Amino acid sequence: MMERDGRAYIRTTTPRIVEDQPTTTDRIFGFFTTAAGLTVLVLLALVGLFLLLRSRDAFDVAGWSFFKRVEWRTDIDPPEIGVLGLLVGTIEVAIIAVLIAIPLGVCAALFITDYASARWRGVLTGLVDLLAAIPSLLYGIWGWLLLSEQLAPLSKFLGRHLRWFTFFGTNDDPQFIQSMFIAGVVVSLMVLPIIASVTREVFAQTPPGEKEAALALGGTRWGMVKMVVLPYGRAGIVGGSMLGLGRALGETIAVSLLLPQLPMLTTHVLETGGATIAGFIALRAGADEFTTSGLMAAGLVLFALTLATNMVASMIVARSRSGLGVEAV
Amino acid sequence: MATTPSRIEPQPATATATTAGVTSGHVEVAVARTPTSPRPLRRRSEFDPVDYATMVGCAISALALGWVVFTHLTEGIGWFGFVVVVYLCFLGLFGLVTADRLGRLVATDRLATVAITSGAILLAAPLLWLVGYVVLKGLPNVTGHFFTEDQGGITPGMPATRGGGSHAIMGSLEQVTLALVISLPLALTTAVFLNETRSRLRRPVRIFVDAMSGLPSIVAGLFIFAVLILPNAQKSEVFGNNGLMASLALSVIMLPTITRTVEVVLRLVPDGLREASLALGASRARTVWSVVLPTARNGISTAVVLGIARAVGETAPLLFTSVGASLYNSNPFSGSQESLPIFVYRNIRQPLATQIDRGFTGAFVLMLIVLTLFAITRLIGGQRRTQRTARPRLVTPQEDLEP
Repeated sequence: MMERDGRAYIRTTTPRIVEDQPTTTDRIFGFFTTAAGLTVLVLLALVGLFLLLRSRDAFDVAGWSFFKRVEWRTDIDPPEIGVLGLLVGTIEVAIIAVLIAIPLGVCAALFITDYASARWRGVLTGLVDLLAAIPSLLYGIWGWLLLSEQLAPLSKFLGRHLRWFTFFGTNDDPQFIQSMFIAGVVVSLMVLPIIASVTREVFAQTPPGEKEAALALGGTRWGMVKMVVLPYGRAGIVGGSMLGLGRALGETIAVSLLLPQLPMLTTHVLETGGATIAGFIALRAGADEFTTSGLMAAGLVLFALTLATNMVASMIVARSRSGLGVEAV
Repeated sequence: MATTPSRIEPQPATATATTAGVTSGHVEVAVARTPTSPRPLRRRSEFDPVDYATMVGCAISALALGWVVFTHLTEGIGWFGFVVVVYLCFLGLFGLVTADRLGRLVATDRLATVAITSGAILLAAPLLWLVGYVVLKGLPNVTGHFFTEDQGGITPGMPATRGGGSHAIMGSLEQVTLALVISLPLALTTAVFLNETRSRLRRPVRIFVDAMSGLPSIVAGLFIFAVLILPNAQKSEVFGNNGLMASLALSVIMLPTITRTVEVVLRLVPDGLREASLALGASRARTVWSVVLPTARNGISTAVVLGIARAVGETAPLLFTSVGASLYNSNPFSGSQESLPIFVYRNIRQPLATQIDRGFTGAFVLMLIVLTLFAITRLIGGQRRTQRTARPRLVTPQEDLEP
């Protein structure tokens, strides 16, 4: 018996088609489950639609300059609002976070799949899950009130001795707390679990035969990992990192505490300054009508950005040969 | 020395080799590579005592090097930078010394093992630090009052032990329960749709559920604000800033979380059970209801608890919906309502030390709740460990790949 096009075929001397005859219960069941599945699609469409509708005021006033302007000023008339400064800050923080989280996450995943004993494997899996369970708010408080000061001397050192490197540049008399670098470090801890769990699932599906073959040929464990596990899981690493990037772009509360949320265009990530879309919206909650409309517009940009990132990431993870059955958290 | 290859009986001199010892070690290995010496093992993944001694030696040299550079030659890099630099130095030295002792191949392997193991274990450090910090700051001010009183009659300057957060706990409880009531049936049905039907729409729905689980939490709040509160707040109390709106925003967050976890669990239900049920003449609906869901009961409980844990700590969706209040309001359908994350977020940003302390008290309680929920998922998960650790099928026959 084989299945094709939702029908069951039985191979006899003359193939006979057995129709799938759903009962009434099955029809209702099918209808209900499909409706539930479609709710998700409808919800996402509604999110985009309503953000667009409510941001009309802002777009009417700002027009296309909304995407080109850095400042956000509602105290002047006509108001000048733009998302560019926020957008650049968002992307900078997310990239710093992902750059820190990728090596750590891949390390954790490799440790779990190929290095740890059974006991340590359990401990580390729990640890990664726990990192994911801690609320963003607590990371934010910790980063803002404690970690920020602890990291400032490092920023100071880098800013003083590696100024020639664009991203470590500083203005005169710089302050080193509330910087995009520190925000990136804190956000990296939050996106690490998803990178670790996606890459782990992919690494775990490496065919054991190929791993054993690598070892049987006299390879060291690292040789086996480098020649078999990492190439096999490459798509998982890329997809997991992009999922992490999507999370980092949308990270809200921690970043709203960690950055001064003043929109600006700067590559000086070590210095005080910077803003992200999500954090900026969070701090302006409950503002007047026009500002709210502007926030909706900014939210729409953020929504489109994260949705695109996440969809591409999901497709990479799902399409890759190694990615079959990969679960995101 | 020349007759006994140092590869087999490593000399103590190389064991504690520091940077200065590298050159002499080089000579020994060169001597050991005579044609008459027995062929060494190709792969030596096991660490022997000499390796551990080497690691200690390299760690000490790295520390000393870092200390000299950062205290005497430059003006200091802060303890964090110091740790990072010393760690990298240690890896470099360890690689050099091992390469000298055992050759490049083994050295790369050892170095990878050390880097991966230490990198993975070091993940515990920020977690312990964070938890320790919140406990240290929050625990001293937790009193019985916190669980019985609200902030009525409390001025900002009063010590954090006065007044409480019972209104916040109450609000969190109601909002999360409501959110669960809204999202659980939908999430379960969606998961069943993804795993138990043969619809063509499963692929797009799965991709969109994935995308939705990455929806920024602030956007969920904005969405509810834009759809329900903004147009209707003038007309009806129910669509004002209240607990129900917060629950709706939270259920947008919870829905994909629960769906994904449940779907994974449903996939673990053996196909034989489904086939047996269908072969007995049961309908698909009956099979799901009486066979699949009961089999996956533990996993579904885990998914629910995970969803609760995720929702209870979410702050961003509440900023536009329930807003927060300082007094008791047990009616989620009318008037702004406090919840723990909002309580913490508002107090922690205030200038007065007493208010920050109050925020930390709330943060401690919030963390306690999240950690308890996490422990519960572990306990439930432990009951089906045998299923969980089963080796994944190599070629997963995923029906969602269209024929």
